[in-house]
Amino acid sequence: MPPLSSASPSGQPPRRQRSDNLFFLVMSGISACFVLLIVLLLAADMMSTSWTDFRDALRKPEIQSAFKLTLISCTVAAVLSLWVATPLGYLLSRYKFPGRWMVDTLVDIPIVLPPLVLGLSLLILFHLPIFGWRLEDWLRDTVGFPVTYRWPAVILAQFSVACAFAVRTMRVTFDQISPRAEDVARTLGCTRSQAFLQIAIPQAWRGMIAAFTIAWARALGEFGPILVFAGSTRMKTEVLSTTVFLELSIGQLDAAVAVSLLMVAMAVVVLLILRMLGTGLSA
Amino acid sequence: MIELQNIAIDAGDFSLRNLSFEVADGQYAMLMGRTGRGKTTILETICGLRKPSAGKILVDQVDVTDWSPGDRQIGYVPQDLALFPTFTVRGHIEFALRLRRWSAADIQERAAEMAEVLDITHLLDRSITGLSGGESQRVALGRALSFRPSVLLLDEPLSALDDATRNEMQELLRDVKTKTGVTTLHVTHSHEEADALADIRLTLDDGVLS
Repeated sequence: MPPLSSASPSGQPPRRQRSDNLFFLVMSGISACFVLLIVLLLAADMMSTSWTDFRDALRKPEIQSAFKLTLISCTVAAVLSLWVATPLGYLLSRYKFPGRWMVDTLVDIPIVLPPLVLGLSLLILFHLPIFGWRLEDWLRDTVGFPVTYRWPAVILAQFSVACAFAVRTMRVTFDQISPRAEDVARTLGCTRSQAFLQIAIPQAWRGMIAAFTIAWARALGEFGPILVFAGSTRMKTEVLSTTVFLELSIGQLDAAVAVSLLMVAMAVVVLLILRMLGTGLSA
Repeated sequence: MIELQNIAIDAGDFSLRNLSFEVADGQYAMLMGRTGRGKTTILETICGLRKPSAGKILVDQVDVTDWSPGDRQIGYVPQDLALFPTFTVRGHIEFALRLRRWSAADIQERAAEMAEVLDITHLLDRSITGLSGGESQRVALGRALSFRPSVLLLDEPLSALDDATRNEMQELLRDVKTKTGVTTLHVTHSHEEADALADIRLTLDDGVLS
C-alpha cells in the first residue's frame, strides 16, 4: 500500500498535516522587536527617576505653568484643527474641483516638512516686509494682538502641524462614508449644506473624535516650530516639550525625565480614549 | 407628469442621446432594459443628481432641468436604498417633512399614516440596523412618499428580494398606486413585474427608447 503523503496514482493531491507554527513564530518575533523597544524606552525612563524626583519636578511653578499652557494650547489647537479639517476633508473627499490635487499635496506639506523649517517659515511670514507692511506689526499695533514669541504663536505652531493630520483623518473618514445617503437626502429637499450637516456629520462623529485626538496628540509632541516661532520663555511660552529641552539644557536630567514621563502619561490617556471610542484601533 | 425632451446624458464611457418620453399624471410606467443600459442614469438625471448635457426635463409641466434635486419634489428610491445609518425608521419618514417645516402634529400624523400604509408601525422606533430586505425597502418607500411628491422614481425596488417578499412588495406598490395616484417611473428588467404593475412600458436598448 503506498504511503498517504505521496500523490496517489489517480492524481489526487497528497493528504498531510501541515503546521502554521513557523508563520506565527516569524510574525510575532518581528512584531515583538518593536513592542519591546517601546517597553524598554518607557522602563528606562521610569528607572532613571524616582517618585520623589517626579513629585518635586511637578511642584515647580515653571513646570506647572508649562503643564497648564500645554493643556490649553493643545486643546485650542485641536478644536481649531477639527473646525478646519471637517469641511476641508469633506471637500477633498466629495468633490472634484480644479486644483484639487494641488490642495491635497499642500495640505500634506506640514507633515513632511522638518519642524524647524515650519517654525522658521511661520517666523518669516509674520515678519516679512511687504512694501513696508509687516503682519506682526499690524497685529501688534492695529489689532492689539501680537503673536510672535507669545502664547498665540504656540497655538499657531501646534495648529499648523496638527491640522494637517486632522485633515488626513477627516478625508479618510468621509471617503469611507457612502455619498449615496447624502444624494438621497438632497432629493428629499436638502440643500448641500443640510445634507452635510444632517446626514454626513452624524455619520462622521467617530472620525471627528479620532481627528481631534490625533490633532491633540500631535500638538502635545510639537517642539521645533514652537521653539523657533514662540521661543521658550519660562512661565510665558513654555510648554512641556520645551520644558524637557530647557531642563536638559541646564543639566536637570531628573526634571527632564519626570516631565517626559508626564507627557508619556498624557499620550497614553489620549490613546486609551481613542481605543475606547473604537476608532480603528480597537481590538 | 414627467416629460423628457431630447435628453442627452454623458456618463463616463457611455452616453444616451435624444431621449424623449412622457408619463402622464397618475400613470405607472415601467422603464425596462438589460443591466448596464443606463436606466439608473436616467432616474438620477430626472431627480437632479446628474446633469443632462442637452434637453429638458419637465415635472408637472414645469421645466426643472436646472433645478437642484431638493427643489424638484420628486420621491426617489435608489436600488441600494441608501438609508440613513444614524436615523430610526421614524426619522426616515419624518425627515422630508421636517425639512419642509411641517408642524409637529402634522408630522406625527403623516408618519403614523405612512407607517400604516407600509405596515411598518411596529418598526417606527427601531434603528435601521437589522431590518430585513423587505422592511428596508418599505422604509425607503415611506421616506420617498412622505412629503406627497407628485412623481415617484423606483430603481429596481424588487430585485434583491426573495420570492415571497417580492410578491408582498408588488402588492404594496399596487396599493400605493391606487391610494396615492402618484405618477411612477419604475426601473426593472423583469417582465413579470411589468405585467403585474405597468400602465405603460418603455424599453431602453442600445441607448434607444421604444
